[in-house]
Order: sequence, then structure tokens, then C-alpha cells
Amino acid sequence: MRNRPIVAAAFAAMASAAHAADVIRDPAAGWDYLWYEVLVDISILGIAFALITAFFVIRYRRRAENEVGKAGRLTAAAAVGWTVIPMFVFMADDFFLAANGWQLWNTYRQPPANRIEIKLESGMYSWDYTYPNGVQTQNVLKVPAGKPVLLRMTSRDTIHSHFIPDFRVKEDSMPGRVTYLWFYPQKPGEHIVTCAEYCGIMHSYMIGKVVVVPEAEFTAWYEQEERKLAGGAGQPKKAGA
Amino acid sequence: MGTLKEWIFTTDHKRVGVLYLIGSLAAFAVAGIMALLMRWELTTIGPTLTANPTTYNVWLYAHGAVMILGFQIPALTGFFANYCIPLMIGAKDVAFPRLNAFSVWLFYVGIILAILTFFIPDSPDIMWTAYPPYSTITSGNTALYTFTVLILGFASILGGVNFLTTVAYMRAPGMTWNKLNIFVWCTLAAFVLQLIFVPVLGTAVTLISFDKYLGTGFFDPAKGGDVLIYQNLFWFYSHPAVYVIFLPFIGVVYEIVATFARNRVFNYKMVVYGGIFGIVGLSGVVWVHHLYVTGMADWIRIGQMVTTLLISVPVGFTVIGLVGTLYKGSISFETPMLYALGVLFLFLIGGLTGIPLAITSLTLHLSDTYYVVGHFHYVMAVAGTFSIFGGVYYWFPKITGRMYSEAIGKLGFWITFAGTNIVFWIMMDIGVKGMPRRYYDYAHFPQFENAHQWMTGGAALIGLGFALAVLNWIVGAIRGAKAPDNPWGSQSLEWSTQTPPPPGNWKDVPTIREEWDPYAYARP
Ligand code: HEM
Ligand SMILES: [Cu+2]
Ligand SMILES: [Cu+2]
Repeated sequence: MRNRPIVAAAFAAMASAAHAADVIRDPAAGWDYLWYEVLVDISILGIAFALITAFFVIRYRRRAENEVGKAGRLTAAAAVGWTVIPMFVFMADDFFLAANGWQLWNTYRQPPANRIEIKLESGMYSWDYTYPNGVQTQNVLKVPAGKPVLLRMTSRDTIHSHFIPDFRVKEDSMPGRVTYLWFYPQKPGEHIVTCAEYCGIMHSYMIGKVVVVPEAEFTAWYEQEERKLAGGAGQPKKAGA
Repeated sequence: MGTLKEWIFTTDHKRVGVLYLIGSLAAFAVAGIMALLMRWELTTIGPTLTANPTTYNVWLYAHGAVMILGFQIPALTGFFANYCIPLMIGAKDVAFPRLNAFSVWLFYVGIILAILTFFIPDSPDIMWTAYPPYSTITSGNTALYTFTVLILGFASILGGVNFLTTVAYMRAPGMTWNKLNIFVWCTLAAFVLQLIFVPVLGTAVTLISFDKYLGTGFFDPAKGGDVLIYQNLFWFYSHPAVYVIFLPFIGVVYEIVATFARNRVFNYKMVVYGGIFGIVGLSGVVWVHHLYVTGMADWIRIGQMVTTLLISVPVGFTVIGLVGTLYKGSISFETPMLYALGVLFLFLIGGLTGIPLAITSLTLHLSDTYYVVGHFHYVMAVAGTFSIFGGVYYWFPKITGRMYSEAIGKLGFWITFAGTNIVFWIMMDIGVKGMPRRYYDYAHFPQFENAHQWMTGGAALIGLGFALAVLNWIVGAIRGAKAPDNPWGSQSLEWSTQTPPPPGNWKDVPTIREEWDPYAYARP
């Protein structure tokens, strides 16, 4: 059995994949991977079609004024073959892409359990966040590195869409419905939030940012804001820009 | 030429067609100028041409609505259908000539309404999609949008009734269904879609005006409505609407390619019964791909990801049929053929870049970015326009009885083709990097300023190329050399009558021989 080592390696890979189930899968990384895969797929198709067309155009250019095309009619078998075979090729590719797309979709739609959950209300033209302890911020979403963040979103006026290009995610927020998205910030840094649904005159100025800070720094800020809330006039206080 | 009065009160399908052409080209000019203004505005960060975002938003509204409803649909299902279908099936006219004349009047009312946008103080700023709640709370004039859509939709339904009847009952003796031109099949399919789906759009746009002006709450959650119902209704029509554009434009391309390759259409039955019928069959079950980021239920987002991907099968048939038509042909490269090959190229890029947009999870990043705008200009907007321009060039000798300038034609093509790829390739690129659509300004994306400048330059090239083409037609129609009856050596029936065709089209209604079909070139 010369194949043994390969089989063993395959099993080992599967076993480690099973163990990895409780590791958080980052949707943004998954997006980059699938995007690359799909680009390769469509480039192959595109180049194949373009080359065939270019070849025909050159090879069958008209050489004499009264020349006509010479292609005959297809036999019934050829006509059916030329229909059924491309159909199966396309369908195979479609189902392959659908399967990959669906898998990534599950990552996007199944937020991990250890997440921090923040409420978002959008309005013309600001992003208003409310943390679990009642702290509120506007246009600045401060989150700890290494923890999945889930936004539960609604809108008080028109439809907006909370788009964070760096995390490869957006979802609309709208009146009368609650939607959600989650992302996985792993390193401290700042990321732009921008509105991706036409919501009114100042749509293109509806910006904010996600500020990812080290866990300790976040906790300090979070507790300090909470104390301010408790000590303040009882009115939620807005922090940030 | 006839007097102006004769033209206005004409019931001749060819003249009705030409009226459609003139109106839709005027609409194209207006909407094209809007595109140039938008591109100009986006040349620099901050205000460039106007300091008022609403002005930009009105341009964008007018650009989208007029391009689709006032230019592409009327040019394809108004002009080409009217001019070509009776000639292609060997009929003397359409089944209901007066209804036909009425539909072109309605069309003119529709584009006049659309152009009123620029003359009223409260111009609509709701985008051609008019999503509530914004469309029901804006101070822009939503009713103008509603009436424009209703009138143009009504004109199109009249056309649909007319042409389905015409093709069903007025084919020349011996013209069997399997001898119909691909263009005729494509247009019939497009009209079937219009008849089924336009009423849904009519409902949707009527209800937003009810909500706004009569205080109903169909789309207002505070009154028990739901904002997403509108989006579902709208796209239930507007996705099929892209096939109302796609089908006739690919039909025009088939006619051009078969004629300039002097060749049979590859696997005709696959193209018709697999490609065209397949597209009609799937068109009503893919609209949710426009709602991937709206929080619709997961099962329907996944379900319609699969149906959307499967569209590649019938669309693939139409592309294979087109490429196969070149095989063993005798290809020459006059202006119409350049445009047709241009469509093939643009459509290939546009179609393939649509595949990521079918995949729900990838759309979470791509939706509502410039990637989408780049993609649909490739696949529909510019590909469709190239097909319309190619088609006008192709039938120009038949329509006017004169020839255009081949040199100017080719020059115009190459200029537009270059501009198109500059603009829309860059658009897709910055879209993937995060540039959102419908932005008057991009102050927080300064890294894209350079790309925006390239796009503005490219757009100027596009405008220049199209202007050359229109100029070429005007000069050609007035002073071009006299055209023979069949300058391209085509087999298709419309070339067999005299140039230009007389009222009633034929001296004797043609009888179709058993061995003839519009693509029978090879001599056995
Ligand atoms: C030929 C030159 C054209 C140029 C330079 C051009 C340019 C543009 C630009 C810059 C935008 C807006 C981007 C944004 O702010 O989101 C746009 C949107 C659009 N264009 Fe074009 N366009 C052209 C032709 C067409 C044609 C022929 C059609 C026909 C269908 C078309 C249909 C649309 C539509 C439907 C939109 C979206 C409108 C919306 O967001 O509501 N365009 N185009
Ligand atoms: Cu917005
Ligand atoms: Cu669609």
C-alpha cells in the first residue's frame, strides 16, 4: 500500500479540522480566500472564451469578396451534445461555487458565543452605538482586540448600511426590522465605517470608525464610562466624535 | 421624407420605429450629459462642479432612470422591434398599427415627464430605485417618478400586446417558428417579460406615491407596513428588466454576427429553446440577489444564490451560440461587426464579474460599491449601448437608403471602446477596495482620487466616441452615398425588399421557400 502515508495525512488533516471547530473562523479572511478562488475561476473561463473567439476571428477572416461561411448544420446528436455538455460543465462550476459560498455564509451568519454584543441605531446621519452596560457612543465604535463583535442594528429614519470595508462586511439597518452583522477584530487599529445605502442628502458624509484597542485598555475605558454613567445625571452620555 | 404631420400621425411601423429611435437617442444624450456632469463632479475631493449634494443626486437619479426607462428599453423594444420584426417575418405591418402609433406618443409623453426633472424646483433625488422610506420623506418630487414609470410602462405593454400578436398571426406563408430570426425570438421573450412584470413595478411605484401623498403606510413600519416589501416588488420587476434589455441586445448582436460572418447560427435550437427560454424561465426567481444585505431570511438568500448562479447555464448557451457562429465563417470587420465583437468582449467581462455578486457571502463586501456599478455598466449599460449603436449602423443603409462613413464609424468605435474599459475597469477595482456607490464626495477615501480622475478622462472619451457616431449618422443620412438593397450580402428577409422599404414593405408578400432560413449561407 504505497498510498498509506497520503491517506494517513488526509485523516490527520480531517481530525485537526474537527478539533478546530471551536476556533473562531474570521469571515474577513474567509472572504479574501473565496474572492481569490472565484477570481481564478472566472479568469480561466474568461481567458478560454476570449482565446477561442480571437482564434476564430483571425482564422476565419474573409479572404475573398464573394466568400461565404462554410459551417454545416449540426447533426441531432451533436446539437444535443453541444447543449448538454456545456450545461453540465456550467452547473458543476455553479454548484462548486455555491457550496463554497454557502460555507462562508455560515461563518458570516453564525456569530461565536464569546462575542460582545452592541446595539446600533442609525439615523440621518450618524451611527449611534449602545454597549451592554448602557454606555453610548456616536460614530466611534471602540472594541477590544481578539473578541468577536456583533452589532444588532435598526434605524430611526431611512435605510442605511453599516459598511466596514476592512472587515469585508455590511448589512442594512432599517426602521421596523432588526438586522445583525459580526466581525472579528484581532489587532489594535482603526477602520473606517461608511454608509453603503443611499439614505439622503448627506449619505456620502455618513462616516465613522471602528477603533480596536488592547483588551486591557478597552476594559479600563469601558468601566470608566460605566462609572460616569452611574455617577452622572442619569442621562446616558455620548462619548466620541 | 414626408411632412412633419405625416410623421407624427404615422401608423407605418418603420416610421414609428424611427420616432422611437429619435426619442430614445435624445434621452441617451440627456442621460449621457448627466453621466459626464457626475464624472466631472467626482474629479476632485470636495465640491468640484456643485457644492450641493442634492444636485449630484438629481443627476444620478436622472441618469439611471432615463438610461434604462427612456433609452435602452425603448430603443431595443421600441425602435428595433418596430423596424425589424415585420420585415423579418415578411409582414406588411404590425397587427395593430394605430395602437402602435399611440404607444410611441405615450413614450414621448414619458420622456418629456422624465426631462421635466430639470425644470421643476423639487427635482426627484430618489435614485432610479426610489426606495422608501427616503422616497416617501424627501422634499423631491416622487410623483413625477411614479408617473414617468407608469406612462413608459404602459407604452411598453401596448408594444408587447402588439408584437406578440403580430408574430403569432402575421408571418409570411412558409415562415415557420424555427425559421424566425434570433432577434425576433429575443424580442418576443422580452415582451413576455414586460407583460408579466411591468404591472408589478407599476404597483410598487404607485404605492410609494400613496404612502407619500395620501398617508397610507404600505412601507411604513409605524403604520404596520414593511420597508422591504417595496424592494421585493421593485426587484421582482427590475431584475427581469435587465433581461428585457439583454435579450433584444444580444438578438441584435446575433443578426450582425451572422451577417458579417456569412454563417449559420451555431446550434439555433439550443440558443432559442435553451438560452432564450431558459432566461425567461429563471428570470422571476433570482430577484433576491439585489437584497442580499437587507437581512432577508437566510434560506431565501441561499436559495436565490443557487438560482442566480444557474442563470449562467442559459446565458452560457447564448454566448456559445454567438462564438460558434464565427466558426468556419467568412468574417469581415465593418463598423457594425466591430460593435458586435465589442459587445461580446464587454459582456464576457460583465457576465463573469457578475459571478462573485451571485455569491451571497462575497456580496456582503461588494454590495453597493463601485464594483457593482462597474459590473452592470459592462454587462448591461455599455454592452447594451454598443449593441444599439452597432444595430443602428447595421440597418442604417436600409433605413435611410444611404451609407455612413466607415472611417468615422471605426474611429468612434475605438475611442468609445478604450474609454469604456478605462472607466469601468477602474470602477470595479476601487469598488473591491471599498468605494461605495452614490457618493457625491469621497473625502474619507482620498486614496481613490487619482482613480476618479482617470475615470473622468475615460468618460470624456466615451462621450466623444458616441458623439462621432451620431454625427456620422446625421451626415450619412443627408449626404451619404446611395445604398444598394443588400449592402452586406445578408440572407435575412429584411434585406430582400427595396431600400428604403416602401409603405407596406413588399410589392408581393414573400413566400418562404422550404430550404431558406435567415442564416442559410453555406452552399451544399
Ligand atoms: C456611457 C457612459 C456612462 C458613464 C460614464 C456612466 C457613469 C455612471 C456613473 C459615474 C454612475 C454613478 C456612480 C455613483 O455615484 O454611484 C452611474 C450610475 C448608473 N448608470 Fe451609468 N454611465 C454611463 C452609461 C450608462 C448607460 C448606457 C446606462 C444604461 C442602462 C447606465 C445606467 C446607470 C445606472 C442604472 C446607474 C445607477 C444609478 C443609481 O445608482 O441609482 N449608465 N453611471
Ligand atoms: Cu447612507
Ligand atoms: Cu438582478
